[in-house]
Amino acid sequence: MFEFRFESGSGVPPYLQLVRQVEHAVRLGELKRGDRLPTVKEVARQLVINPNTVQKAYRELDHRGIVRGRPGMGTFVARDDPAGVSPERQAQLRAGFERWINEARASGLTAADVEALVSSVLLRIGKRSGKENE
Amino acid sequence: MSTAAIATQALGRRYGRTWGLRDCTLEIGEGRVVGLVGPNGAGKSTLLNLLAGLLRPSAGDLELFGRPVRPGEPTDGVAYLDQRHSLYESFRVREMLEAARRLNRRWDHHAALDRVRELGIPLQHRVGELSGGQRAQVALSVALARRPELLVLDEPVASLDPLARRDLMGSLMAAKADHDCTVVLSSHVVSELERLCDHLVVLDHGRVVLSGDVDDLMAEHVRLTGPSSTVDEVRGAPLSCERRGDAATMLIRGPRPALPPGWRAEPVSLEDLVLHHLAAGLPKEVAA
Repeated sequence: MFEFRFESGSGVPPYLQLVRQVEHAVRLGELKRGDRLPTVKEVARQLVINPNTVQKAYRELDHRGIVRGRPGMGTFVARDDPAGVSPERQAQLRAGFERWINEARASGLTAADVEALVSSVLLRIGKRSGKENE
Repeated sequence: MSTAAIATQALGRRYGRTWGLRDCTLEIGEGRVVGLVGPNGAGKSTLLNLLAGLLRPSAGDLELFGRPVRPGEPTDGVAYLDQRHSLYESFRVREMLEAARRLNRRWDHHAALDRVRELGIPLQHRVGELSGGQRAQVALSVALARRPELLVLDEPVASLDPLARRDLMGSLMAAKADHDCTVVLSSHVVSELERLCDHLVVLDHGRVVLSGDVDDLMAEHVRLTGPSSTVDEVRGAPLSCERRGDAATMLIRGPRPALPPGWRAEPVSLEDLVLHHLAAGLPKEVAA
């Protein structure tokens, strides 16, 4: 069964933390179409978190088409990994990225620095490929 | 519009010449989990006692689920739990539940027994012999067996060790998932409230300093950091601005302004947000 985590003090609203974890797990193939998510009560007890927050996260995931709630049965993943990359290729890319992260850490970059760098590179590459398509 | 679980209008309580709570106007929707924070003496317990009908207001109005609360009238729908987890020490757990059954018009005896058994608390043990965590669980079981529409908890975990805290709040959250009641709980551990509450009320010196939906509050506030030299180029009215050498930090509420080069925006934790509003003191109103 999928296990949620919660990080307090991160500045990310609690329901959004849960939404992102499911999104990421689906993207990485850890959650597959048809997998059942834990019930609101299970998450509330295990994480010691407000059930309203869990409900809000599940509603948002439903709205985004990632899960479907089936009354009386539970909440199920409704989408496969959208990238369609093979698990082997996924593992290769991940290993390469882990090496890069370790290098960045060794150079003294914090998690926030890495995030800033990644989003800035993504943004620049996104702009460039946008121009190519024009 | 749906009925509010709690609606107060200029609610106040005076102790002699000093106000324990003053001009408290709140509207809180049904089913919310409300966190009440503030330093000692801010008025948390006063507000909770007023909600539970244990104190008579000196001013203003209080409505619960659309019904005006009048002092002296029984409030069947409200259960109250304080940090001492008040129980009869010499009673056995079974006798404690039996006593509560007779004292309450609304009472689910099976639920109380099942809950205590599920927690592995022996019914034949005396309340005074239980651990702090077990006592708290028995007190919570009594409160829940009353099938409250509103559950009021005054620092429910203050006297407990971290493990017992986690157990109690975990079972409270699970209980809330089962029967959808409105919960108000006070704490001075703000970092805990981020995961427990969806509505936050900050009190200071008997007044409401901040009240709002937790997700909205977190989305509305942003911390900006950048070079001190370009502080004046950041548009918008900061709630605070701190300069340390070449670096400046601002807290903004409302839409994010366009940033000069070298500036960046970061999310603010609920704890930082509360500490800021407590430090600022006066209520800050933002047009809704």
